[in-house]
Amino acid sequence: MEVSVTVNGTGRSADVEPRTLLVHYLRDDLGLTGTNIGCDTSSCGACTVLVDGRSAKSCTLLAAQVDGAEVTTIEGLATADGLHPMQQAFHECHALQCGYCTPGMVMAAVSLVDEYDDLDAAGVRVGLEGNLCRCTGYQNIVRAVLAASE
Amino acid sequence: MIPAAVDYVRADSVEAAIAALVEHGDEAKLLAGGQSLLPLMRLRLATPTVLVDVGRATDLAGISVEGDTVSIGALTTHSTLEHSAELAVACPLLAHVASVVGDPAVRHRGTLGGSVAHADPASDLPAAVLALGGTLVVAGPGGTREVAATDFFTGFLESVLGVDEVLTEVRVPVSTGGWSYQKFNRRAQDWAIVGVVVAEGGAGVSLVNMASTPMRATAVEAAVAGGASATDAAAGAADGTEPPTDNQADGAYREHLARVLTARALTAAGR
Repeated sequence: MEVSVTVNGTGRSADVEPRTLLVHYLRDDLGLTGTNIGCDTSSCGACTVLVDGRSAKSCTLLAAQVDGAEVTTIEGLATADGLHPMQQAFHECHALQCGYCTPGMVMAAVSLVDEYDDLDAAGVRVGLEGNLCRCTGYQNIVRAVLAASE
Repeated sequence: MIPAAVDYVRADSVEAAIAALVEHGDEAKLLAGGQSLLPLMRLRLATPTVLVDVGRATDLAGISVEGDTVSIGALTTHSTLEHSAELAVACPLLAHVASVVGDPAVRHRGTLGGSVAHADPASDLPAAVLALGGTLVVAGPGGTREVAATDFFTGFLESVLGVDEVLTEVRVPVSTGGWSYQKFNRRAQDWAIVGVVVAEGGAGVSLVNMASTPMRATAVEAAVAGGASATDAAAGAADGTEPPTDNQADGAYREHLARVLTARALTAAGR
């Protein structure tokens, strides 16, 4: 079936099987490999993207479900002027070590800051509970999200 | 993993969804937000041959309050419930329970109707609807019927929904009396090992993950009605339950949790 999605502001289209997950559509059909696959059980959040501006786990969506929607991946955050403020904050606060969870973590954080006002450290921790980091720990991630939310 | 091969039908109205279900029978499965179904399909624990995607049936979304009743379209997401100013006034319990489902990404896609229809005894929202004494509106080829939440759940992941029926709306009474949801788990974003919902100061009490369906704690409700204290009423929280044993907890521990959490919930609800 034909699935058309506006990805990072550009109309994209591909002929895929109905069972195709959004993450595979992004990576395999559109070549956008910045979105990672982690757990395959909807737990880790490595595959988080924005669908119509809100975070979603792209391993838990069929591409068919977002036909006609706007999807933003990590590749769509930076502009010609530089990194997105959330990316910049992750950079400055050293909120990553191996970097595998980072694209999903950044996308979830962008959505979180947009969705919730007056976030504090506890709110960031709860808000990112669907995103797992297995190496650097969460201390600097929380610092980065708070820095970017100011 | 990747789901098994499946055909896909997009149904942008209740009518179209029912027509597709009539055509494909029990080989078909309704897809709403997909936050419960797709994980099962990825593990191939569910292998429907046709998916009927109602995710964009706009006639199924929205919250309205009329008189003593809150009507919520089945496609209303957990996130919408969580942030609804109207629901925060009319039924804060339901808004709160929606806010502790999964994580934000799950709540952006998951729907109230999908969660109720999935009928998972470990889910938060079915138990909340049960404690509130809600009603489910079900549409099928023959028309619409209303089912009391107490009659809706029939077994593990099973309900009275026919293969050609669609849950279209969840109705709960306006409920501003004392409430609490005590969700006990050991890892963030997990399902409750045990959960207890208290509505209206203990007039409605339901249990999460204490049987093959979400269930009312009728002994607790009766004790509350009879004037018992929170602690005394909570002593009967495990009566009539059949808690599962799994890697998280055995049945006896769940029974203990049910009593402890019920006492906390009743106290928090002002009992």
